[in-house]
Amino acid sequence: MPLELKNVVKKVGADTHIYDTSVELVENQFNILLGTTLAGKTTLMQLMAGLETPTSGEVWFAGKNVTGVPVQKRNVSFVHQQFINYPHFNVYENIASPLRVAKISKKEIEERVGHVADLLKLTPMLGRKPSELSGGQQQRTALARALVKDADLVLLDEPLANLDYKLREELRDELPKLFQDRDCTVVYATTEPTEALLLGGNTATVHEGRITQFGNTSEVYRKPSDLLTAEVFSDPPINAAEVELASGQFSLNGQVNWPSASTKLANGSYKMAIRPHYVTLEQNSEKALKLEGRVLVAELSGSESVVHFEVEGHPWVSQSPGIHAIEVGQAIDFYLDTTQCLYFDDNDKLIAE
Amino acid sequence: MNKKYIVPVIYIVCLMLPIYWLVKMSFMTTNEILGTFALWPKEITFDNYIKIFTDPTWYNGYFNSLTYVGINTVISVSAALPAAYAFSRFRFLGDKHLFFWLLTNRMAPPAVFALPFFQLYSAVNLFDTPMAVALAHCLFNIPLAVWILEGFMSGVPKELDETAYVDGYPFWKFFVRIFIPTIAAGIGVTMFFCFMFSWVELLLAKTLTSVAAKPIAATMTRTASTSGYELGLLAAAGTLTIIPGAFVIYFVRNYIAKGFALGRV
Repeated sequence: MPLELKNVVKKVGADTHIYDTSVELVENQFNILLGTTLAGKTTLMQLMAGLETPTSGEVWFAGKNVTGVPVQKRNVSFVHQQFINYPHFNVYENIASPLRVAKISKKEIEERVGHVADLLKLTPMLGRKPSELSGGQQQRTALARALVKDADLVLLDEPLANLDYKLREELRDELPKLFQDRDCTVVYATTEPTEALLLGGNTATVHEGRITQFGNTSEVYRKPSDLLTAEVFSDPPINAAEVELASGQFSLNGQVNWPSASTKLANGSYKMAIRPHYVTLEQNSEKALKLEGRVLVAELSGSESVVHFEVEGHPWVSQSPGIHAIEVGQAIDFYLDTTQCLYFDDNDKLIAE
Repeated sequence: MNKKYIVPVIYIVCLMLPIYWLVKMSFMTTNEILGTFALWPKEITFDNYIKIFTDPTWYNGYFNSLTYVGINTVISVSAALPAAYAFSRFRFLGDKHLFFWLLTNRMAPPAVFALPFFQLYSAVNLFDTPMAVALAHCLFNIPLAVWILEGFMSGVPKELDETAYVDGYPFWKFFVRIFIPTIAAGIGVTMFFCFMFSWVELLLAKTLTSVAAKPIAATMTRTASTSGYELGLLAAAGTLTIIPGAFVIYFVRNYIAKGFALGRV
């Protein structure tokens, strides 16, 4: 039984930072908190660690109520987004610090620090001060300090956000391997949906102080329980539009029509959402339907084109592989893969896919 | 000589002139000072310095001043450390008002407090002790120390505290082993300013002492009034009062600018 939040609420003054939240983390796996900045990810992690006490509700760990137990008495480690190390200690002392406080024998400290330093490629840097390290090495030191402790719960708060692109990729590949053989539950906060998908495990989507959904990462991605979850878990932003269902046919603006895959849905209007990479510049499948739009912005990266366009005043985003020459204001045809649509009811709950 | 040096040279000459004049006078006899206008002493005499270092009424003045300045610096910094930490890390009712109120203690001239302090210390037998002056100087040095330290402490991310707690440090262990070394530069700057303000303050120091704890500044003014003008001796004493300050500045020279930049001095 790993960590569990039971009806936890956190208020600061008159502001509610976390609304009534209950979640049970999955033991010995990656638990990802996905949400935008200020969604409440850090507060959730502080509540899990014991750095903050909930205004109401309980925190349970391994079958015990640990609400109000100070962080010093829990076996957790925490890595922040900023590179936090003790500036006057060298790397070795930084990594050894939790073991020193726990009064572990010198010999064992030496052994464990040496092992973790090897793992994180810090061995040549052990004698240096944090200020003499690169950003990547500083964050590795912070990670090493979190690993050396053998904590039951490891909280990583956007640990890669302040690193440059290359280092981020490198460290992201290493992270799951570092925790593979350890009996610890990892909580990983990120703002990037792609990062959540790459790390796998389980994902909780966080939006304005609430967890909208928690489950297996690819499951949450493929079947978001509501529109909000779909919006949080999509980059570029997911497209949402009103569609009408009549006699087994969906209709968008009266312009595009396609048959409904489900026979259970009653006639009426629904919200449809479709991820940008299913709205493409080229017709990838025969079933893809043509949608005429006017280009607003075109972002061309090295390998793909993200085009923002409008259809009858409603904004859309399309993501296609390859580089396309597109001009702003140009009228252009996009292709909608309607087999990938998600449908939501009036309460934004997923009802069909 | 290159033209670009002209302005700095003029500036430094103007800056150093009064100090040079003081040092020059300290190596002259009073008669020579009064009798002629000279850019440098004709006959260098060390009598003034010898008198200061051999006469207890003189060297005790320095000793007394350094004692209360030292006590004051220690009290100010140790009282300000926890206060500044609270202001930088916690939000509590009226914290901003309290923080500003601290500063208002610096707005009244110390002279206002001379009389109540004199009366109070006489009543509790603190009059004419270094402790009396040290405590009186806390009036303006503690608020200053809190303001400077708060600036340095707020520059340390709160996440450092959290990391230490997660590592298992209890609060006091964290404060002494992690936090204080992290803001060591700030503490150095704070000590410097406490030292300086206490060292140059004259009015309270003079009012609250008579014989036993007489500060050097008081000794200097006495000499001028009783045995005529002993200008050479005064100049030597003045030169010696510059030395402790210069010495302290040397140690914190790299951090003073930061203290000023934080807008807290």
